[in-house]
Amino acid sequence: MSESHLELSGVDIEFPTPKGPFKALDDINLRVDRGEFVSLIGHSGCGKSTVMNIVAGLHQATRGGVILDGREVDQPGPERAVVFQNHSLLPWLTVYQNVELAVKRVFRKTKNRREMREWIDHNLALVHMEHAAHKRPDEISGGMKQRVGIARALAMQPKVLLMDEPFGALDALTRAHLQDSLMDIQADLGNTVIMITHDVDEAVLLSDRIVMMTNGPAATVGEILSVDLPRPRDRLALADDPAYNHYRHEVLTFLYEKQKKVESAPATARPETNQTPPAAPEPARAATGEAGRKARETTA
Amino acid sequence: MNLSLKTPGAIAPVVNLVRGENRREQVDILFRTFGLPLIGLVVFLMIWAGAAAKIETSLGQFPGPTQVWHQAEALYASHVAERDKAEAFYERQEQRIAERLADDPDYEPRIHDYPGKPTFFDQIITSLITVLSGFLIASVIAIPVGIVIGLSNKLYSAFNPIIQILKPVSPLAWLPLVTIVVSAVYVTDEPMFDKSFLVSMITVVLCSLWPTMINTAVGVNTVSSDLLNVSKVLRLGWVTHVIKIVLPSSIPMIFTGLRLSLGIAWMVLIAAEMLAQSPGLGKFVWDEFQNGSSNSLARIMVAVLAIGFIGFLLDRGMLALQRVVSWDKSAVLR
Ligand SMILES: Nc1ncnc2c1ncn2[C@@H]1O[C@H](COP(=O)(O)OP(=O)(O)OP(=O)(O)O)[C@@H](O)[C@H]1O
Ligand SMILES: [Mg+2]
Repeated sequence: MSESHLELSGVDIEFPTPKGPFKALDDINLRVDRGEFVSLIGHSGCGKSTVMNIVAGLHQATRGGVILDGREVDQPGPERAVVFQNHSLLPWLTVYQNVELAVKRVFRKTKNRREMREWIDHNLALVHMEHAAHKRPDEISGGMKQRVGIARALAMQPKVLLMDEPFGALDALTRAHLQDSLMDIQADLGNTVIMITHDVDEAVLLSDRIVMMTNGPAATVGEILSVDLPRPRDRLALADDPAYNHYRHEVLTFLYEKQKKVESAPATARPETNQTPPAAPEPARAATGEAGRKARETTA
Repeated sequence: MNLSLKTPGAIAPVVNLVRGENRREQVDILFRTFGLPLIGLVVFLMIWAGAAAKIETSLGQFPGPTQVWHQAEALYASHVAERDKAEAFYERQEQRIAERLADDPDYEPRIHDYPGKPTFFDQIITSLITVLSGFLIASVIAIPVGIVIGLSNKLYSAFNPIIQILKPVSPLAWLPLVTIVVSAVYVTDEPMFDKSFLVSMITVVLCSLWPTMINTAVGVNTVSSDLLNVSKVLRLGWVTHVIKIVLPSSIPMIFTGLRLSLGIAWMVLIAAEMLAQSPGLGKFVWDEFQNGSSNSLARIMVAVLAIGFIGFLLDRGMLALQRVVSWDKSAVLR
């Protein structure tokens, strides 16, 4: 068996809570190849951010672990750069200084001052932010902040780029624009990317594979969908593409039928919420569990 | 076009009024910024004058605003007179030395200090120097300690009880200890500082450490976890982490602590000076109290008002400093 680039094997995590341990993730297995773009999709609260935090090293798995290029991940580090859900720029530094902080840290031994400056400018140019280099985060728009967050992560030249709903808080136009830039950048640089998203179109448009997670608690990988659409992808052309719509449909089916979000109220009390029943939630979970195992086997 | 954008806040309504923009609204603003505080002041003075007239003391009637104003003028006049006398004293001395030197070139002149009593304004300066040195020393200790404690939950648990117990101790309880320790420890032939200065200053330090320390620790402890994650992903070293992430985000809390500390320092100093008989405004009040002349009460009132006004200025000074240091220029500071 050849060694994979990034591998999560048998990852469980339990959070200590006042009411005893809470098992958020159960037996997550996933292999990611170099240069692959993988999306994590699932209902809110299922544990997507937790998976990403484990890969980032910000959380420790209770059981199992993550291996990146043959080395176990046991702490955070710049080779696994994170684009946070809420940009997380330092508000007291300018755009330039925010990127500089990362660049100085990663390249202090390998680049001289001039090279660093060029590298920072280059990364700001990648996300088209060079014009606002000397503004503070509170002087730029939400989309611009998110772009700077991406520039900061890219500037670390990470092996894996982790993005937690990077475009979640943006309007549709800005989001589309940033998705296109991200596709261009990834085509150029060939980074391995793991991106969390809520947005089905975004997942299909950007990903090589879509990892669909079951509902928590004790969430796991439900199904994995390979998206074999040729690159570069064009959102307008794809809108009428049958293959594209097929993938979309697959994800939607998973999310809204197989993993239909069930409220804690008993189903009998609110029959009208149960309009799409071939299956009650529990059998559905079992079915996807099986499918998930199959998917895992095929990717392994 | 819009001039009011460029004129400073307080003058803007006047300018706009002159230019005839929104008459009613501008008058309203003027009334709120100047009229209301003025009315408050007048009401206060009237209540004071009315109450003073009804209080008979062993030293005569309690001074009203007018008597206090006269005493303030008298204190200023005596300060000016004292300064003139001192100047004359030094001039005479220099003259005498010059004459001696003309007779006897080997003569080594010694300049004597003016032996006069410190005036009210001298006492103010002494108090200010003492409070600022004490506050500075307290801050230099409290901020680093607060940072270290705030960064570690274990250290915080270890030190928090001690801080909580020492924090409410009155300066009057520290003072005897400080006095005795200073006399025992500070023995030199050529003292750089007066003992009395050291005693009041150390007492100020002991009482003004705590608010800065606690607020710094809390500010450091509550840095947003997102920013901490950024620091972890970058694997910042301890020093960079503190300088780039922790300090800037705890600046507001540190300044809240500093302002509380400075306020406490000023209050403590006056009490310490009174009790320890060390030079300063507190001693001025105590001397007037002992003196018991018919003017004493009015002079003490002058001191009370001066103490209040200086305390207010000190706080404004800290606020101005915070405005300079703080990165968040949009924050509303008051
Ligand atoms: N530190 C923690 N302590 C206890 N429980 C936690 C902790 N972090 C996450 N959880 C729980 O783990 C589950 C998964 O959380 P997570 O943040 O990973 O969800 P998510 O899929 O990212 O949701 P969203 O899409 O809303 O961001 C949730 O039920 C959450 O309550
Ligand atoms: Mg999340």
